[in-house]
Formats: sequence, structure tokens, C-alpha cells
Amino acid sequence: MQPTSHDFKANAHRALGDKNLQRAMGMMRTGFPEKRAMAIARMPEFDALRDDGIAIKQQVLKHLDFYLETFEKNVIATGGQVHWCRNAQEARETVLALCRALDAKTVTKGKSMVSEEIALNDFLEANGVVPVETDLGEYIVQIRHETPSHIIAPAVHLVKEQVAESFRATHTQFPHDRNLDEPRTLCDEARTVLREKFLAADVGITGANFLIAETGSSIIVTNEGNGDLTQILPRAHIVLASIEKVVPTLEDAATLLRLLARSATGQEFSTYTTISTGPRRETDTDGPGQYHVVLIDNGRTALLGGEFEDMLRCIRCAACLNHCPVYGAVGGHAYGWVYSGPMGAVLTPTLIGIEEAGHLPNASTFCGRCESVCPMRIPLPRMMRAWRAREFAKKLGPKTARWGLAIWAYAAKRPALYRTMSAMASRVLGLLGRARGRFRSLPLASGWTDMRDMPAPEGKSFMTLWAEQQKKAAR
Amino acid sequence: MSGGRDQILGSIRAGLGRGRLDAATEATLTESLKAHRRNLVPARAAALDHAGQIALFIAMAEEVDATIARVADTDAVPAAVADYLTGQNLPARLVMTPDPQLDPIPWNNRPMLEIRRGRAEDGDAVGVTACFAAIAETGTLMLLSGPDSPTRNNFLPDTHVVVLRASQVVAAYEEGWDRLRAKGAMPRTVNFITGPSRTGDIEQRLVLGAHGPRRLHIVLIDDAGA
Amino acid sequence: MAEPVRVALFVTCLVDLFRPTVGFAAIKLLEDAGCTVTVPTAQTCCGQPAYNSGDREDAKAIARQVVAAFADFDYVVVPSGSCGGMIKAHYPLLLAEEPAVADDAKALAARTFELISFLVDVLKRPDIAARYDGVATYHDACSGLRELGIKDQPRHLLAQVSGLTLKEMTTPEVCCGFGGTFCVKYPEISDKMVTDKAVDIAATGADTLLCGDMGCLLNMAGKLARLGSGIRVRHVAEVLAGMTDDVAPIGHVAPDKA
Repeated sequence: MQPTSHDFKANAHRALGDKNLQRAMGMMRTGFPEKRAMAIARMPEFDALRDDGIAIKQQVLKHLDFYLETFEKNVIATGGQVHWCRNAQEARETVLALCRALDAKTVTKGKSMVSEEIALNDFLEANGVVPVETDLGEYIVQIRHETPSHIIAPAVHLVKEQVAESFRATHTQFPHDRNLDEPRTLCDEARTVLREKFLAADVGITGANFLIAETGSSIIVTNEGNGDLTQILPRAHIVLASIEKVVPTLEDAATLLRLLARSATGQEFSTYTTISTGPRRETDTDGPGQYHVVLIDNGRTALLGGEFEDMLRCIRCAACLNHCPVYGAVGGHAYGWVYSGPMGAVLTPTLIGIEEAGHLPNASTFCGRCESVCPMRIPLPRMMRAWRAREFAKKLGPKTARWGLAIWAYAAKRPALYRTMSAMASRVLGLLGRARGRFRSLPLASGWTDMRDMPAPEGKSFMTLWAEQQKKAAR
Repeated sequence: MSGGRDQILGSIRAGLGRGRLDAATEATLTESLKAHRRNLVPARAAALDHAGQIALFIAMAEEVDATIARVADTDAVPAAVADYLTGQNLPARLVMTPDPQLDPIPWNNRPMLEIRRGRAEDGDAVGVTACFAAIAETGTLMLLSGPDSPTRNNFLPDTHVVVLRASQVVAAYEEGWDRLRAKGAMPRTVNFITGPSRTGDIEQRLVLGAHGPRRLHIVLIDDAGA
Repeated sequence: MAEPVRVALFVTCLVDLFRPTVGFAAIKLLEDAGCTVTVPTAQTCCGQPAYNSGDREDAKAIARQVVAAFADFDYVVVPSGSCGGMIKAHYPLLLAEEPAVADDAKALAARTFELISFLVDVLKRPDIAARYDGVATYHDACSGLRELGIKDQPRHLLAQVSGLTLKEMTTPEVCCGFGGTFCVKYPEISDKMVTDKAVDIAATGADTLLCGDMGCLLNMAGKLARLGSGIRVRHVAEVLAGMTDDVAPIGHVAPDKA
């Protein structure tokens, strides 16, 4: 996927003017946070579970090589195969080679963000393998030739009328005037269409929420059951997973699963949590004949030991997106690449470069809501600030902003000078604004006054008044 | 791509500022994997007696739109299934896994039930399966794949009826793991199922029956003073 | 009776420039609670504009200046959660690698409190004698809420103000869209956020908006004024100190001066 992160402002402008998107985001902004809050209120141990979850991930990262090797050993022991891929291209080629070896024409897919990251669908399609997304939201964005705008709710930016329009355009096998007014009828139609795809697919590709080192298993969670039909019906199950998904034991997975659903959708537990180990056993009457795990680095190892290492704790619950007022205002596509919201603002620059993605860590008020809801307590604002520091050191920001900052900093480091300037500004603006108490426009401040009035200062700076008062008192 | 493997492992070690772990550390880590140490288990279910856990299981499962019929013994199961199907206006034709757990049930008591034992196929409207355990904490069923319990039977039929014995109800996932390990090797698939299939992908409005079953009905047998 | 508590006031640049009354309100509240208050003259700003723009060197220089200027007091009190959070939560990180001042920064952080939190959590003297006739809603400014845990304290004090009724917004904890330089770097997004906030404020039916941070107050007052709302916007300290007759609401002029 060609990033448009450098166009964040233009993307955001478009999103803010998109009535459908704004209606959809309005529903999202209240829905997810309320559900999460209710779920957490019912789990008094939630914060203690967070502590345990963080400890698990820290333990994994500290011994990542050990857990990956153990995982590999146990996948092989249960009849599966592990493929190590350094980057997106290797991962794409590995998947294609597996599909070709099976002479696969169509693959069904469970939702996988790392699949988006490696841009697998376009690659498969260009090479004669038809990928069919089966998560309802992901299917909707696929037939609209869009990308997911949210890591767990891919079509969260759309309203049902847009989905109906896309279904009418794509599912031409049904009468054109059929009723598609409600999510219920839309879902039923997708179910009918995709059921055939499930039954016909040669290969099923899913992501993994967790990999279990002790057993060589992969875990996915879904609410729809699409991930299950994807993996049990075709001849082979391919799992795409970035390397930081591994956890030591089933016990550890249980702890993280307790955090995941509550943080993500406010559910107590996702409807389907599925643990897959190897291919079907000899005596089984169903299940995939082959089980492949494609382990993908694609920039993860470069984060180890650095100031963005904490990002590797992320379990992709999307709580940070759901609670981010900036994400809530502009939606995921404005961020211009696969990952959006606060986790995207930190992760995207590590994957496509700060030169391309510089806006992302800047487009935050540092309100801190993301960190406060993150089940892994990832210090997202701190890391966005770290990106800004790198950007500043590389002199990447707009020139006017840097000069303005330099002038301000010169004064801020000289209290006497600063006092004089502040006193003057207070006085002048106070006088000019005396009649109305505020300004509708101000030179050099259009960024502010285009949108809102600028309240006028009272008239004298605090330091001026304080000095006058002290003098009076001394007399 | 063994070159990739070595490079990735090498980059990990470089990032962590060390070489390969020494044998002693690896042995310690391997031992700790085998210890299956539990992290914090919430008190919600763990603090209850078994009757309380069963009640919690029922409440949690109903909260996520499963329906539950509690019966006194195995003999009552066929009637419970038949009544449920009638009540839902569903056909009395069902596919049932060849699971031996379902064998002691006197299905012949209800000759109107048309039963096929085996693997579910597309078009099967109603499926009946047994299960391995049930987790009180979240009203979750735990099912294992095997020669007599194909996974597809949990997903293809529109209606999934699960026969659960009260003695199979445990407090938390961790107890499910213990029972699983006691049984032997990992099956190909372990399904944790919490309510019927659902989606909120269109305007966050809940719709049941996205790809998997639209209905999940649990027949809970109060077996032997459990 | 013990020695009076020696407090240094960190005025904050926005109070200094825009709203001196907040500084005097803070002093009154502190003095009424038995503190002696000093205002060190070697203060400018906490350094957040530099820090949040990635300019670590200037941020550190300003932080060192603050650490030195505020070294000799029992407590440092700040009428802002944002600037207070900068000193309390960020200075120790920012100066961690500077052996000469790292410990001083930590010590300063430990002694520094946001005004309302100081009155309630440290002095435990929340006796408020003020009167304010009106229905107010309170916006939880982000840094104060999430970095310093300020949530109940202002409500606790406001409950003692006679004549004042508090009506909560639906989402008082959602950011107003100020974010320092954010509001001018991404004006359209900021505008969307502050517009949503204005709607939430208006829906309470309150005639007064209170908050503990000047940045947020200027943003919300500016937007409410642009939207033609007559809602009075004030720093919470003005109300608690009973000084609302001294100065018109933010962005307004006193009736006799208009």
C-alpha cells in the first residue's frame, strides 16, 4: 500500500468534510468507550491483570529468540511448518509459493493487520490467486477497494447506506430492488455470499493474536466465526504472524485474552477464541491438511533495545484508537497507512520512516487517554514525543514553526527579557481587545482565529502587577 | 528460508545486546514453560463453590445470547432438544457428531428427531455436539477437535445445540488447560465458544449469526451431584 | 502552631500574559490556607512548547532554570495541571541523564503540585467560603486528569461554593482540542474537537464553564464566543477564591467597561 501519511492534513480535511464518515465516527466515539468502561467496571482485578500481562510481554521480549525457537520446535513436532521472513517481500513470496505448491485458485482470509502491512492481497491477485476477505468489515472494504480504517473494525468509517450501495454493485446475482436497509439484511447477504467462498477455497489465511511457544499453537479471536471457517475447510491453513506475537504458555495467553476483548470491544470474551495446533490429525475427519506459520520480522527486531521497544507489547486491541479524540475526528484513513490512531502514530514511522509519517506523532494533543486505556500501558504519548525529538533533530518540521520556536525559546531562557516582552504583549493586546474582550482575527494567529476568537489579556501581565504590588507593600 | 531465520534470531540478539542464551538460562526457561504457572485468576468464578460456578456459567452464557435448558439427567436430553427445536420452529432434522459422549443419550425416545451422525455439511440446519468443558467466568464452552468431533460441526449449522454436563463446568480457562493436559496431546483445534456468532461491523449494531451459528442452545445435564 | 508552609507560585506563561487574576486567586487561596507565598522572578514558562515540539535542548535549559529558581521552598504550586504535570511528571525524565540536576529535578517534582490538588490532597484544608450564583460545568483538563489524578478535588471544593450548582457534561474527560501548538498546527481537527466540546457544554444547560487550565480555557472560551454562546468561562481558582467580581469572564468585558 502506497502511504499517504505525508498528506495527513489534506486527508484529515477530506475526512472532516465527509458527512457519512462523520456520522459513522460519531457512533464509534461513544460506542466503544462506553462498552469498555462497563466491562472493566465488572472486573475488579483488571489493573492487576494488566500488570501480569505487561510482565508476560516483557519476559517474552527479553528472551524473544528462545520463545520463537521453542515455538518453531513445537510447530514442527505437531506436523506444521514455520517460515521466517525478514520483510514484507519475503513474506508475500512465501505465501505465494505455498499457494502455488497447492495449486490454489482462491484463498479465504481471516482479518489480519500484518497481511495489510505486507500488502498481501494485491500481490496474490497480481499472481493469479484470488484472496477473499471474510470478516464482514474487511469484506466490505475489500469490495469497495478500500483499506481497513480501524484495526479491529475495518469498516467503522462507513454507514449502512454505503454498504448497501456496495453490495448492490457487487452482488449482481440478487434482484436489484431487494431490501438492504438494515445491518441484519446486509449481514445475511454477506453470509450467503461468503459461505460459498468458504466451501470453495483452497487455502485459508489467518493472522494470529498470539502464538504459544509451549505448544506450537496459534490463537485467533473473532466474533463472526469467519476465522474458523477460513482455517478448517480448505486444504491448508497459513498463519501470518509478526514475531512479537509469541507468548510462553496457555496460561499466559489466558491472561492476555482477558485483557484483549474487554479493551477492544468491551466484551467479556470474544465469541470465538480458537487455538490451532498443526494440521488435522490422521484420524480427524476435518481440518486443514497443512499448517504453516509465516513469522514476519518487518522491522520488529530493529525496535528491540531502543526507545520504541515498548510498542512490541501492543496486542492490537484498538482501545487507543477508540478513545483518541483525533482518531475519532478524522478516522483511520487520514493516517495514510495500515495502522492509525495513537498506536499507528508510534508504529507507522518505525515501518515507513519519519520522513513519510512525520505528521502522525505530531497530530496529537497529548491528552493521554490512549495510554490510560492501553491494557499494556504502552507510553504512547512519550513515544510520540520521542518521534518529535527525532524529527526536530533532523530539522524535518515546517521552517516557520522552527523559527517561531527558536525566538520563543531565546526569550524563555532569559527571564528579564521574557518579563518585558510578556508585559508588553499583555499591555498591547489588552488595550486592543479592551472593547470586546476578544479578537475575531489577529495577525500571525490565523491558525487560532480562523476557528475561534482569541480572548484578550486582562491588560497587565501578572508579573507587572505583582511587582507593583510588592513595591506598594514595601513602601 | 533458513538465512532469514538466522538473520532474524541474530537481529533479536543484537537488539537485546547479547548472544545466544547460555544453556543454563535456556534450561531454566524450558523448565518454567513446563511449570504452567498461573497468572492472576479473577475471583469472579474461582471464589464460588461448584453450584455457584454453574449458576455463573448460565448467567454469563445467557448474557451473550446463548439459551440454556437445564435437565435432570441424560434421559431428559432428547425431549429438551426436541422441545427447543419446536419452540424455535426449526426442523427436527439434525446432524450429530459421532462423539461417544452423546451415545448414552436415549435418542430413540424421540423418534420424531431425525438424526444423522457424522460431519456437518453445508445446508445442515441444526447440529448437536458434546463439549469438553465449560468456563464459568465468561459463560464459555470449550470444544476439542478429534475423530468424533469435527470442528466444522461447531460452525456450519445455523443452530448449534451443545450437550454439557454440569461436572464439565470449571471456574476459569486455566482449569480447562489442566483438564486438556491431563487428557493428553493438544488436538488440532480447541474452540472456546461464547454465545452465537455475531458482528458489529456495520454501524456497531449487533447482528447475531455472522458466519457461524445464529443460535447457540446449551442443554445442561445436572449429573451426579456435581 | 507549626511554621507556615512556604510556597512558591509558578505562575505559568498563560496566566502571566492573559489572566493575572488567576495568579492572585491562587495566592489568596494559598494564604487563606495558611501558606506564605513567594513568586520567584526568574520564571518564564515550564518549557512545554519546546518539549512537545521535540526541541529537547531548549526544554532542558528551561527546565534547569525552573529547577534552580524554585529550589528553596517547601512546595511549588501551579494553577495548571498541564504545567504542573510538566514539572512533576516530565522534568525527572527530561533531566534524568544530567547528573548535576537529575536529583534536584526529582526533588522539585516531589514538591510540586497543581493548585487544587495541593489544597485538597496536601493541605487537606478545603474550606471554601466563596459564593457564585450560577450553574457550572467542569471540564477535566487532560494533563491534570491523567498525569496528576485531578478529578474529584475541584468538584469537592466547588460543592462548598454557595449558590453554585454543578452539572456534568456527558464526556468531561474528553480533550477540548487545545493541545498547545496542536491547535494551530492542526486547526481543522482542533476545531472539530472544540466544537464537539462546545456542544457537550451547551447540552448541560450550564451558564458557566470552569476548568483548571488556561490553555483549554482560552480554546473553549474562544470557540464558545465564536459560536455566539453567552456561557461564562472562568478558571476554577477565580470562583473558589471569590474573585469573580474582579474580572469579567474570559473573552468578555465587564458590563461597566463595555
